[in-house]
Amino acid sequence: MRIAVCVKQVPDTWSEKVLRDSDKTLDRDAAEGVLNELDEYAVEEAIRLVETHTGEAVVISMGPERAAESIRKALSMGADSGVHICDPALHGSDALATSLVLAKALEGRNFDLILFGSESTDARMSVVPAMVAERLGLPQLTFANSVSVQGDEITTTRITSDGVATVRAKLPAVVSVVEKINEPRYPSFKGIMAAKKKTIETLSLNDLGIAASDVGLAASWSLVETVTPRPAKTKGALHTDAGDGGLKIAEFLTTQKII
Amino acid sequence: MSDSATSSKVLVLIDHAGGRVSKVGTEILTLAASIGEPAAVFVGAGSDAALATISEYGAASIYVASEDALDSHLVVPSVDALVEAAKLVNPKAILIASTAEGKEIAGRLAVRLNSGIITDAVAVSPEVIATQSIFGGSFTVQTKVTRGVPIITVRPNSTAPEKKPTTANKNELTVALSPQAALATVTEVNEAKSDGRPDLAEAAIVVSGGRGVGSADGFKVIEELADSLGAAVGASRAVTDAGWYPHQYQVGQTGRTVSPQLYLANGISGAIQHRAGMQTSKTIVAVNKDPEAPIFELVDFGVVGDLFEVVPQLTAEVKKRQN
Repeated sequence: MRIAVCVKQVPDTWSEKVLRDSDKTLDRDAAEGVLNELDEYAVEEAIRLVETHTGEAVVISMGPERAAESIRKALSMGADSGVHICDPALHGSDALATSLVLAKALEGRNFDLILFGSESTDARMSVVPAMVAERLGLPQLTFANSVSVQGDEITTTRITSDGVATVRAKLPAVVSVVEKINEPRYPSFKGIMAAKKKTIETLSLNDLGIAASDVGLAASWSLVETVTPRPAKTKGALHTDAGDGGLKIAEFLTTQKII
Repeated sequence: MSDSATSSKVLVLIDHAGGRVSKVGTEILTLAASIGEPAAVFVGAGSDAALATISEYGAASIYVASEDALDSHLVVPSVDALVEAAKLVNPKAILIASTAEGKEIAGRLAVRLNSGIITDAVAVSPEVIATQSIFGGSFTVQTKVTRGVPIITVRPNSTAPEKKPTTANKNELTVALSPQAALATVTEVNEAKSDGRPDLAEAAIVVSGGRGVGSADGFKVIEELADSLGAAVGASRAVTDAGWYPHQYQVGQTGRTVSPQLYLANGISGAIQHRAGMQTSKTIVAVNKDPEAPIFELVDFGVVGDLFEVVPQLTAEVKKRQN
């Protein structure tokens, strides 16, 4: 099987996020970039499917130059090659532009399966897999916590707050996976060394036939008007339990008119 | 769609289970009424049962797509129905509940209608400017859609539902399912077993347990407190990873985001991943053995102590005060 895994480099969760004054976008240089944690599950699932069915796993990422580090991490886990879409005009692209770029990069490469993590830990929109499926006219099997492929058919179990559904489709298909699907492996020393020799193809917007005016901040179909940092919270009272902790909370909840 | 042709109608995709309109469904109808004239879009079986609630919350028109086939496919049937309804009414905005499926519907709809999308809004002004809380509540941003019909997903608990009874005019929508809809088929559904508690995302009060609860059995004290308050139960990632409580109850960066009136964190240290899912809660109370636990930086009131002492005492006191 030919599997594409779409991944994103995100600011480390632990780092402080700064929004640029000039254009109100996230200052991605201010925080350390890491492979989106939820994408590691998609990379792991791709590697496992290739181990079972043979084939190859190609990591695809759109992002600034240093996003190549995150592609390299996926390669060191065991993916086979990478595609990095890197172009200064992409800065500030919204989900619609991102899905357009990914769809163009995926088109014509004959993938049987396109895997995503269920969301990025920075934007948390969870919409790009559905948008890519819409653009490519492919079936969408999202929020999967199990994936099985038999011949040209894929079956997933979809987990949402409503319950669990079994969803079936013919390949090719777009699938996003949730974090409980597997346990992503840590890159081994051997894996890290092998990844250095694996190919990462770099593509510009020109290579994809996309006009710079269709992506980036200027083409964004939504505009941030104002940004307000959260006011510093005044830390509430702490009470050390002396056999009355529960009573103290009940008193507090009564003063707040909650009970 | 040009601005001049835009009506004052605000399309609301009704969130429901078999015709029972969810609380967030009534919240979004109320929000739509503050922006313009709410028009409901109902997809699936059970429209007759939903009709009364929908008109009670102010929708003067309802567009119904109820073919049986709609229920066996994901996401796309709702997109198809919304595209048809949007053609009919030229809406000022389209509002959808910020659930996993709601956001996907919004995403595909944005591609279809060539329109901008905003997810997880906590408020929307009559000028259709959406307020979002991002990076776990670190920033509040106001965003507007600059192209097409604004498609906005709205978080539960963002608006207090208000009745505004009207007589709704029911219109059958003829939806030609797009070929894409049939590509993925739902072959089996096991609905989440109702635990008799409110839905985590919609609950006014959430009582959560973390590593400090120690075991699956330990969750009994958390559930008892939740039930005394009519609350939902939540769990930290450490808990669901250990298998003490099911994954669907996980609150945090890789779980559900909640924003209740009251969040009661028990035995949760408050790692940043957890905080990202709960720190916009209006009132936060925590119980933890460790006085240095980061959760205490967020609290309105905290107790340093053993949750197995404090929580049962609180449960008993809540019951006493409510009698």
